[in-house]
Amino acid sequence: MSGSPSSMRTPLGRVRNLGASHSGTTDFWRQRLTGVAMTLLIVPVLVVILTLVGRNHAAAAQILGSLPIAIILLLFIIASTWHMKIGMQVVIEDYVHNETLKLVSIMANNFFCFVVALASIYALLKLSSGV
Amino acid sequence: MADFALPKNSKITGGKTWPKPAGATETREFKIYRWNPDDGKNPSVDTYYVDTNDCGPMVLDGLIWIKNHIDPTLTFRRSCREGVCGSCAMNIDGQNTLACTKSMHDVKDDAVKVNPLPHQPVVKDLVPDLTNFYAQYASIEPWLKTTTPTPQKEWKQSHEDREKLDGLYECILCACCSTSCPSYWWNSERFLGPAALLQANRWVTDSRDEATGERLDNLEDPFRLYRCHTIMNCAKACPKGLNPSEAIAELKMKLVERQI
Repeated sequence: MSGSPSSMRTPLGRVRNLGASHSGTTDFWRQRLTGVAMTLLIVPVLVVILTLVGRNHAAAAQILGSLPIAIILLLFIIASTWHMKIGMQVVIEDYVHNETLKLVSIMANNFFCFVVALASIYALLKLSSGV
Repeated sequence: MADFALPKNSKITGGKTWPKPAGATETREFKIYRWNPDDGKNPSVDTYYVDTNDCGPMVLDGLIWIKNHIDPTLTFRRSCREGVCGSCAMNIDGQNTLACTKSMHDVKDDAVKVNPLPHQPVVKDLVPDLTNFYAQYASIEPWLKTTTPTPQKEWKQSHEDREKLDGLYECILCACCSTSCPSYWWNSERFLGPAALLQANRWVTDSRDEATGERLDNLEDPFRLYRCHTIMNCAKACPKGLNPSEAIAELKMKLVERQI
């Protein structure tokens, strides 16, 4: 990146490097937004899950067919997978310093979170539409 | 990956125990990190005994006593000996602080353990190479920037606006905070660290400055600013009782404020 310590670049040149990316605030804000959303949603989500415990498929489909319940669960899926994506990216940026490995890890993280979100939403919609 | 172990040539091996001073009735044990760039050896921890009846109460007094009476090769920075210059910042008893304001009687262990500031290259013994730290400070351009022509007398500031600089201007750039921050350890090349960011907030907060937006532009970066995860080691370490993590949170809030 900015050259090894033995490079002949000046210390200030190394610090300035490629300049500020003018980004990060959106992720910072979204991490807080999804965090607050999950805090608000966790109690209703737990209530729904506890209601579903021990029910058969037909009963579960009926409960999840209710619009408010489906929306609460959908919102929770979106908030939590988004939060998971940002959180994992922060961990990768903290600890993975090899540029190629970092790029691949961040890509894999995006794919994984997107697949988890999509699979959960698909499963929920399928159940709530009674299939 | 981040390095969680010391490189081979930085591992501490052995160390010399110097004899107790002759005729001393009360002594205090000091265990001090030693490394000499010229002898090709690994660092070691030497043990010294300070005659507390012949020495001031601070850890710096002990170090100066050792240098004067036992081992003149012991190397460390010091200047004002009253917590103003920030030269004698080092890791004492596991905590970054100033040797001149830390009393050796406040160290609970039998031995006063003294190491250089963590995770910085060592020049010799207790002297860290702070080149990167100073360059980061320079990068936030710590001076008043204005476009309006300079007034005849002075740039005016209300008492309320001046008060906003309290808790920011007192920083002495000793580097205790930055070198105690794990985020800074892992990403010191790209994360500006608590000291430079506290200073950045000092200029962003200054009501007389006209480059607030540009300053925020230069900080808005996942690495320069957002590596701070509010671990708060900085606030715990600061020998001046400042709170860099609060200053960094203020910077983040200003960045959110200008886009919402």
